[in-house]
Amino acid sequence: MSMALVYLASAVGLVQGLKYMGDPARAKLGNTVAAASVVIALIAVAIAHSGPGTSGFVIALLLGLILLGTVIGKLWSDRVAMTSMPQLVSIFNALGGACAVVLGLNAVYSEGPVDSKFLGIVLILGGVFGGTAFTGSMVAYMKLDGRKLPRPVKAHKYIAQVLLLTMSVMTVAYLVLSTGTLPFPLLLLAISVAALLYGIFFTLPIGGADMPVLISLLNALTGVATLMAGLLFHDPVMLIGGILVGATGLLLTTQMCTAMNRSLGNVLAGSFRSSGAPTNEAEQDIRPITAVETASLLAFCKQVAVVPGYGMAVAQAQRECFVLQEQLRQNGVDLHFIIHPVAGRMPGHMNVLLAEANIPYASVIDMSAANGKMEYYDAVLVIGANDVVNPAAENDPASSIYGMPIIRAYKAKQVIVMKRGMAKGYSGVTNTLFDRANCKILFGDAKQSLETIINELKRI
Amino acid sequence: MDFSYSITPIDGLFVVALSLLLGFEVIKNIPAVLHTPLMSGSNAISGIILIGGIIQLLNTTTESPWTMAAACLAVLLGTINMAGGFFVTHRMLSMFVVKRKPASGPRP
Repeated sequence: MSMALVYLASAVGLVQGLKYMGDPARAKLGNTVAAASVVIALIAVAIAHSGPGTSGFVIALLLGLILLGTVIGKLWSDRVAMTSMPQLVSIFNALGGACAVVLGLNAVYSEGPVDSKFLGIVLILGGVFGGTAFTGSMVAYMKLDGRKLPRPVKAHKYIAQVLLLTMSVMTVAYLVLSTGTLPFPLLLLAISVAALLYGIFFTLPIGGADMPVLISLLNALTGVATLMAGLLFHDPVMLIGGILVGATGLLLTTQMCTAMNRSLGNVLAGSFRSSGAPTNEAEQDIRPITAVETASLLAFCKQVAVVPGYGMAVAQAQRECFVLQEQLRQNGVDLHFIIHPVAGRMPGHMNVLLAEANIPYASVIDMSAANGKMEYYDAVLVIGANDVVNPAAENDPASSIYGMPIIRAYKAKQVIVMKRGMAKGYSGVTNTLFDRANCKILFGDAKQSLETIINELKRI
Repeated sequence: MDFSYSITPIDGLFVVALSLLLGFEVIKNIPAVLHTPLMSGSNAISGIILIGGIIQLLNTTTESPWTMAAACLAVLLGTINMAGGFFVTHRMLSMFVVKRKPASGPRP
């Protein structure tokens, strides 16, 4: 009975911790509460499953492994740069998925025949979700880290579909045929292997600006795998933990899709709709501007906003953004940051990068809040963002990004886009913002340009 | 005093249905600034799958070395996932120092 009460406390703690994590002022407390709840559950389980018969060796082994895992996790999390946060989350997620696969196979191969179809299905689904999450997250990690991967080709999609079909057929066969017809351990092994392969081929075609959706989805898959393990071990805390993770992942997945005005299926298909005829491929009429001119322009502004994109993180220009904000404050200019929901490589990535550079949370504004008041900005600096400020999303039905909510930078009095060259954004769509009369382009490395602007502002 | 507790499959389905609804309600209105910590934090929570590894490890003996090795692997993987996730979330959240209310945009 007392075990049930400890479990109840742990489950309540998990939900409460997650709730706190949604409130900026209490998020840190929430994380601690959730961690404490998990630790309580772990201790309770360890006590419940050890008795006088448990060998000291096994207990020492368990404690040693947990200590080792904690040290590895701590070292890893201390060393990661905030720009690499999506990579780290992917790796941790992969480990969780791998754990689910190992647990399922181990349960079947060590404990012999599975007597109920319910448990069989639980094991199969655990293998499918865990396996897909494991290899999928590993591929996502390699993509984010810029490792060399085979170029996505059509064949990958077909292989993924065949694997999915194979897994479905095996599962249906297990359900229909009477127990014992198929050797269950072998079936589970086959399905797990298929799921591991599926994770690879399903993730390969997805990339670039679609990463936030993919990472959220893979997170949700691990949650479902944990849920299945909870059913397998009749453990309510695992069950609740898994569902909360699944719900979080699913919610973020749909939010990211909404922010790009694309369906989940469209994102998973791995490419933007290729809209046939290229729209206005004509030479764009571009007005360049120098960093020095930009500085004098900014000095005469009252309110300025920066729209950062992943390009800012690539140029490592976060720190310069902070210095620019400090410098402009001395010149009597207010600087805000406007963030698109899918900027960066995982949900909320850009906010973390700005926070790391000491940019106050109070000057970071959501897209929806900024869009209504854009005309009050005297100047908007676009740093390393492209598609999210492209007016074609609002007024060109032929464009493949049509319908995607954008930051209406074009409504500001002056727009300055920092660019390395005339390369197109992730979608490959021509940015019609550059044609606007109020838009100027500042060519060059964002970090260097910002440094020049800051130095120039100091002299004004 | 019996210190073990487990639930039936039917109980499990009740828990699944209700906590799914609860989960969506709890995290419905999370501001974008917390999306990354939320994701790494929930990722850490999924490391609770480690409970399965603990159960398997404590119920095997050295007579079945393969089972034990697999259980050890599961414990290690789960622990790294869980501990690393909570630590990194803590580190990230330490960077968000909330002093004032977020700005609502420029003033006319």
